[in-house]
Amino acid sequence: MSKKEIVKKKYDMPLQDAAERAKSFTEVALGYDMETAVLEAERCLQCKKPFCIEGCPVNVPIPDFIKLILEQDFAQAASIIKEKNSLPAICGRVCPQESQCEKHCILGKKHEPVAIGRLERFVADWEMQNTPELKNPSIPVIDQKVAIIGSGPSGLTCAADLAKLGYKVTVFEALHTPGGVLVYGIPEFRLPKSIVAQEIDKIKELGVEIRVNSVVGQLWTIDELMQEEGFAAVYICTGAGLPYFMDIPGENLNGVYSANEFLTRVNLMKAYQFPKHLTPINVGERVAVIGGGNVAMDSARTALRLGVDNSYIIYRRSEKELPARLEEIEHAIEEGVEFKLLTSPIEILGDEEGRVTAIVCQNYELGEPDVSGRRTPIPIDNSTYTMEVDSVIMAIGQGPNPLIPASTPDLKVNKRGNILTNVAGLTSIPGVFAGGDVVSGAATVILAMGAGKKAAESIDEYLKGLRN
Amino acid sequence: MFKILRKEVLANKINLFDIKAPYIAKKAKPGQFVIVRTDDYGERIPLTIADFDREAGFITIILQEIGRSTYDMGKLEVGDFFLDVVGPLGKPSVIQKYGRAICIGGGVGVAPIYPITRALQAAGNHVISILGANSSATFFGEKMLKAVSDELYITTNDGTYGEKGLVTDVLKRIISNDDIDIVFAIGPLGMMEAVSKVTSLKRIKTVVSLNPIMLDGTGMCGACRVEVGNEKKFACVDGPEFDGHLVDWENAKQRARMFEKQEKVALTQSCNCHSKGEGCNV
Repeated sequence: MSKKEIVKKKYDMPLQDAAERAKSFTEVALGYDMETAVLEAERCLQCKKPFCIEGCPVNVPIPDFIKLILEQDFAQAASIIKEKNSLPAICGRVCPQESQCEKHCILGKKHEPVAIGRLERFVADWEMQNTPELKNPSIPVIDQKVAIIGSGPSGLTCAADLAKLGYKVTVFEALHTPGGVLVYGIPEFRLPKSIVAQEIDKIKELGVEIRVNSVVGQLWTIDELMQEEGFAAVYICTGAGLPYFMDIPGENLNGVYSANEFLTRVNLMKAYQFPKHLTPINVGERVAVIGGGNVAMDSARTALRLGVDNSYIIYRRSEKELPARLEEIEHAIEEGVEFKLLTSPIEILGDEEGRVTAIVCQNYELGEPDVSGRRTPIPIDNSTYTMEVDSVIMAIGQGPNPLIPASTPDLKVNKRGNILTNVAGLTSIPGVFAGGDVVSGAATVILAMGAGKKAAESIDEYLKGLRN
Repeated sequence: MFKILRKEVLANKINLFDIKAPYIAKKAKPGQFVIVRTDDYGERIPLTIADFDREAGFITIILQEIGRSTYDMGKLEVGDFFLDVVGPLGKPSVIQKYGRAICIGGGVGVAPIYPITRALQAAGNHVISILGANSSATFFGEKMLKAVSDELYITTNDGTYGEKGLVTDVLKRIISNDDIDIVFAIGPLGMMEAVSKVTSLKRIKTVVSLNPIMLDGTGMCGACRVEVGNEKKFACVDGPEFDGHLVDWENAKQRARMFEKQEKVALTQSCNCHSKGEGCNV
């Protein structure tokens, strides 16, 4: 390698102007152009022992695809990413690279790491725009059917991997559009739904069948899928679809939403285009979002785009402990989200019509670190105050959806309702695997994908065993 | 896509649809519901399953045109399609031999009370049905319910059909000189609340079916939360049936008004005559 001077910082991601974008649902991050992508690719040291790959839950061959960007063979770059990752345009946008691949980048020890996520997005977007001729290798057809329950990132990954091995895969989705959290949860301005649809189309091209409007647990039990519908294995990846509330007074007032409800109305049902789209949303002028994770940031930024005057994040720890990605927090601040930190609500007040008028908050200070390593928030006496707001969005986390465990008595779950599995993803029922948020609790898109990938390997092993 | 096999106008703005949905028909049980969407712009509307035919593979829904979405649905004809029908959702009614049962259907609530009444009679109960409507123009279901009830009473608020008065008038009369083991009541919130008040005096077990604002119908969003016995319940997965004596009716009525303003906006833009002040049939 020539002794070129190292470029210390990542090339900037072009963004829409903050004031403009805060009024619009079009995508915030615009993506690298070809020239910038090649320049960024030059920063990669092409380590002999690449730690970045170890940081990736689906083990994308990172230095290899970056080398192909340098050689401007984008089609081949896309192809080798897809061997490991069936949803690169999505991961390039929503993965927390700073705590995964980029965290392990050697360059990052002294300077900024290589912008692996941005490069992945560039390659995936290039492929979508240029649709290089598919070199679909002829897949051996295996006469065993696999049912996948849930079409979120985990299910789609598992489906794609199994289809590539030759299995007949059917994905069951309860909603009317496939994608799970990618369509109902993550907002358009962070992940355009057309990108999700294109990625899903690619998975369908592998031969995967997706059945929407199909609620497993109600329409079929797991047992019926296996005994009557002929599925040899099942993968349960129904996500973290049960919203938590705080159990404080006033939570049933009109104007209090779970983040799931709020985001589903806006993203899936397109309430921001009401009344062209008929699903309504009503948040008023001042919105308080409770919580500090990515879902809270998504909710607060979405509220801004609905035209509110004030969008507040109320979080009981300090800025340092905010669980959201730094990038999302920065974007939220740039767009005008106001942070009320070391604060937690104790009551929501309403008028005689039952509509939210205000939220009563209490100040907190941080004590000793708890088991999670984060400092425990402690309420400060006599520090309550009232903030006038028109709506409240609860973004304090989600639990596993109970529909499948409730209809599957032999399926073992823990106290919180998460499905129990062994390291291979096998549940307490033979042939039934589970992964993603329904097992781990609410986590990230890429971890769910990693679980889907592992499940596909385990299911393949299991079905091989049945064949022999 | 779910094809409409039969449509019947049962009363003013009350339509019956048989919809081809073989998988749902195979699994549907009394008390359960479906979520229906007309087209890509439509809301997800929860509707109780009024009937099902497992062999022929269809389900029956009965809907009243009260808002923009149900108005759009009312315009569909035989051969048209609903874009999405998902179900069966919710827990089924608990059908067993209770003894003497009263089934009360108010307004369009007559539709979902029908399969429950039929199942209760088939389970060997003596079933007394009470049907109510505002007036004869909006009343339907007499023939259907008569076939599955041991006794049948009809009331209209204005007395244009059956007895003049409320379903609770008949209910009070019956329970004052008859031992009743269970009451099922489906209708407007006010009616179900009134029924629950009447039966609570004699501690007669009373099951009501709630139909709050709903989105996904699978427990994912919490829009349909209701307060039952001081606990948060999701009507879509914990219900839709609850003990009427434990429901917080004030909160249920308040939450039903959540989008009142938006509902009016959606409705007015659908007909173009409300804004002009002309009369229309919406």
